[in-house]
Amino acid sequence: MPVRIWRKPLDAEKIKVKKAEVHILKNQCKGCGFCIEFCPKQVLETSDELNIKGSHPPKIVDETKCALCGFCTAVCPDFAIFTIEKDCKEGC
Amino acid sequence: MTKKQLEMKHPYERFLRKERMPHIWCEGCGNGIILNCFARALDELDIDLNNVVVVSGIGCIGRISGYVNADSFHTTHGRPIAFATGAKLAKPELKVVVISGDGDLFAIGGNHFIHAARRNVDIKVICANNFVYGMTGGQYGPTTPLEAWTTTTPYGNIEQAFNLVHLAAASGAVYVARWTALHVRRLTESIKKALQKEGFSFVEVISQCPEIYGRHNKMKTAISMMKWFKEASEVRNFSDPAKADISPSRIIVGEFVDVEKPSYGRLLREMKAKLQTE
Ligand SMILES: Cc1ncc(C[n+]2csc(CCOP(=O)(O)OP(=O)(O)O)c2C)c(N)n1
Repeated sequence: MPVRIWRKPLDAEKIKVKKAEVHILKNQCKGCGFCIEFCPKQVLETSDELNIKGSHPPKIVDETKCALCGFCTAVCPDFAIFTIEKDCKEGC
Repeated sequence: MTKKQLEMKHPYERFLRKERMPHIWCEGCGNGIILNCFARALDELDIDLNNVVVVSGIGCIGRISGYVNADSFHTTHGRPIAFATGAKLAKPELKVVVISGDGDLFAIGGNHFIHAARRNVDIKVICANNFVYGMTGGQYGPTTPLEAWTTTTPYGNIEQAFNLVHLAAASGAVYVARWTALHVRRLTESIKKALQKEGFSFVEVISQCPEIYGRHNKMKTAISMMKWFKEASEVRNFSDPAKADISPSRIIVGEFVDVEKPSYGRLLREMKAKLQTE
């Protein structure tokens, strides 16, 4: 059996995992579903909500799961979603 | 929605003409992704929009010249390369980018393409290849794969398709790449490379047209077309572009050519300077 030698990184306290803010510009969305389908962390899901154009924008299931990979921002044909790092100066 | 969210602006908003948004492209159309990747490339390279010219031809993707917040021109069908050549030669300091469709660049505009590549005119050509003439109703064209169904090939296409990367490489382009609309990061990197290179650079983007191509070819939604790209794509950087085929089971993508050659504009200016000093 392999020896398990993992340990907690020494700088674990110092390293802060970035927190994400997911922004959906609902009325710009045409409802293609790419952001939902290709999110590696399943942050989004389909919703029943209708926007002014009559399509269903995505809804956030769990923002804390977002790893800020930015794929949703890049793959959105309608410039309707983007993620930014949360400003945690005052704690979050 | 909170007040803060309402105030939030999309990071690439400054690259778009806001008054023209939303664009006319269908739900899930690859053209929007190409616009997005192009904006990201400009952002990451920190290029001054005043030095960018976007030229497009006729077709769905042709509308892109009206959406980018740079000087742009929507030319007649097949002629963006001719216009771009003139713009580049008149003002060499500009970055001249042609973004157009497969029908526009390789059917009616085919001769402009091969000769601009042969002369190594310093322009960047991004081609949205959706395999059909999207805007006019999905007729088959020079890039429609063999056996594909379109509105004008109801029993399957019996013509062979152009291999665009092979055509560009054989015509003399200094940079040639192909990605699908799903390869957003690599596509952006290729657009960035093309923008920084001197000479005729060509980036082909296999783009989904679910409405007019996918629907006839057993891919009813944009997501199913994207899944096809995901499953069928095979990255083969710097492999022989002649063998970079596109079939239902395999789409060869990657960078195929990256060489240095003096551009037509540079040789022209050098010749002019030489003759003037003599
Ligand atoms: C001289 C001329 N011939 C034909 C047309 C009709 N026409 C308009 S768009 C188009 C095809 C465009 O196809 P493509 O370049 O693939 O762009 P897409 O719409 O698929 O994005 C054609 C043939 C035209 N506008 N002008």
